Amino acid sequence: MATKENAENNASKANKEEAQKPRFSSLVIQEQGAKYKTLLTEKYKNRKIWEQPDVRKIKSLIPGTVIKVYVEEGQKVKEGDLMMILEAMKMKNKIYFPMDGTVKKIYVTEEEKVPKDHLMIELE
Amino acid sequence: MSLKRKILELQKKREKVLQGGGEKAIEKQVAMGKMTARERIITLLDENSFHEYDLFVEHEARDFGMATKVLHGDGVITGTGTIFGAPICIYAQDFTVAGGSLGLMHARKITKIMDHAMKMRVPIIGINDSGGARIQEGVNSLAGYGEIFYRNTTASGVIPQISVILGPCAGGAVYSPALTDFVFVVDKISKMFITGPEVIKTVLGEEISMEDLGGARVHSETTGNAHFYAESEIECFDQIKELITYIPWNNSKKAQPFEAKEPKIDRYKIDEIVPGNPKEPYDVRDVVRAITDDSDFLEIQELWASNMVIGFGRIDGQTVGFVCNQPLVLAGVLDVDSSCKAARFIRYCDSFNIPIITLVDLPGYLPGVDQEHAGVIRHGAKVLYAYSEATVPKITVILRKAYGGGYIAMNSRHLNADFVFAWPGAEIAVMGPEGAANIIFRKEIMAAEDPEKIRKQKVKEYKEKFANPYVAAAKGYVDSVIEPEETRKMLLHALEVSQNKVDRKPIKKHGIPPF
Repeated sequence: MATKENAENNASKANKEEAQKPRFSSLVIQEQGAKYKTLLTEKYKNRKIWEQPDVRKIKSLIPGTVIKVYVEEGQKVKEGDLMMILEAMKMKNKIYFPMDGTVKKIYVTEEEKVPKDHLMIELE
Repeated sequence: MSLKRKILELQKKREKVLQGGGEKAIEKQVAMGKMTARERIITLLDENSFHEYDLFVEHEARDFGMATKVLHGDGVITGTGTIFGAPICIYAQDFTVAGGSLGLMHARKITKIMDHAMKMRVPIIGINDSGGARIQEGVNSLAGYGEIFYRNTTASGVIPQISVILGPCAGGAVYSPALTDFVFVVDKISKMFITGPEVIKTVLGEEISMEDLGGARVHSETTGNAHFYAESEIECFDQIKELITYIPWNNSKKAQPFEAKEPKIDRYKIDEIVPGNPKEPYDVRDVVRAITDDSDFLEIQELWASNMVIGFGRIDGQTVGFVCNQPLVLAGVLDVDSSCKAARFIRYCDSFNIPIITLVDLPGYLPGVDQEHAGVIRHGAKVLYAYSEATVPKITVILRKAYGGGYIAMNSRHLNADFVFAWPGAEIAVMGPEGAANIIFRKEIMAAEDPEKIRKQKVKEYKEKFANPYVAAAKGYVDSVIEPEETRKMLLHALEVSQNKVDRKPIKKHGIPPF
């Protein structure tokens, strides 16, 4: 029994040591450049990967509450038409359509709280 | 009334005020794992050195039933004392009195001790533990904050200003610490934010704890708002005391010299720390410790932007500031955060007559959309600005690689460094050999039957020809190529000869740094 426990202890010790060892990654900072062996920060690992914005996907510019939506799915809209009222920082902001199109899908409901950059309405 | 009775009366009055918010409130404070405001001051300062003023200050609020409320000392303790003999002005908000809330007289006590610190040209330490503005006093409490901010700004670069966050510090209150030189936080005790979890929940529906939003760890690792992180208040006070030994009392003085000591060379062997292969990591702090007196190094903002290492050490008993690329983390690149970290510290050293030693080993700037969009141009420019503007002795040691814009930024000769030394393994070049060879010999590589083979050959050629310190030394950009073992000796001498350095810049009100 004692030997088994010892073996287990040793194994867990080895695991611990393994966990404490720095985990190096390689970082390339130049086209065709050298691979540097280094540690990465959480911030770097969690950085937002950039995506090409889709203009037909209308996102919130400010966090707030959707007070009223003036359109329905399938409705044809023109640039400058009133889309909704988004209350943020004690202001009732009128949001207008940035382009002509047809409302493909509405992702928000009235009274819903939305963060910044939240997909609200998709046009087609 | 005889004088004796009057003395008794004074003693009674004192005793009453010294109870702060009373037993129950003190019990609560202790239950939160916190020391009381007075205990904090007494623990931090030299024994029996604290002298308190404005003990009998009373608030003048009349509305909302405040007229009958007695708030001892109006929730803040102010006074003077010493730390290792250095004179200090100090204030500590007393959470046991009305939650340490800031009213007009509370603020007046703080601004009074700040004015005193400025007149006497001694450091000021502020211990923050407050629920925020005293709502009953309305705009008067806002006035109080504003008057503190104004003084923080005026005192900036004249006297050292230290903020200690030992409790909540929320809303407008956070901006006083943000304007000061060093912010100390303690795990589970410090909480700093502009809008709290409650507001965020009502406005956005996002639920987050105070700790995750603005706890000590967050400000030490993520935001960079804090400079020193401690597990306990006692550890925090020890850190403050240590810092005080490294900095001067004001901007017309130098830090108090210490007895010179040799580094612990058995532990830190300077010629064995840096691997020859520029792709291999190492901890640059070991190089610092191989240089400094007794291998002491007080690191600042250890947990944030750790691809850049900043802090204080001593050489021949004199305080110096270190700014170093850290190859251990993100290969030591410059990026938004590390630029801000270095630039601010350079300006601190310059304000307080502390020579700057820059240890260089970086591959360049971190590529990425996130970096570009976060303004790495604007933030990176801060490093150039801070180095160029600084007039204290500026000494650079290039340990290994120094490529491209990174080379220029890290206190190069071109930004008016006083001394630039390079180790024999230094690679000072416009970019890394791999990248450079690929651009210069692109046609040849593409046209080759075995492009990989030619590529490797060209990289090797480039490396041999350009990846060394001698190209820069031939132009005088490097003053001296030195052996690692000679580093401390060279620095010691360089500091000695730059003691009376004069570097006059054109007279101006102030520059426009890329804030």
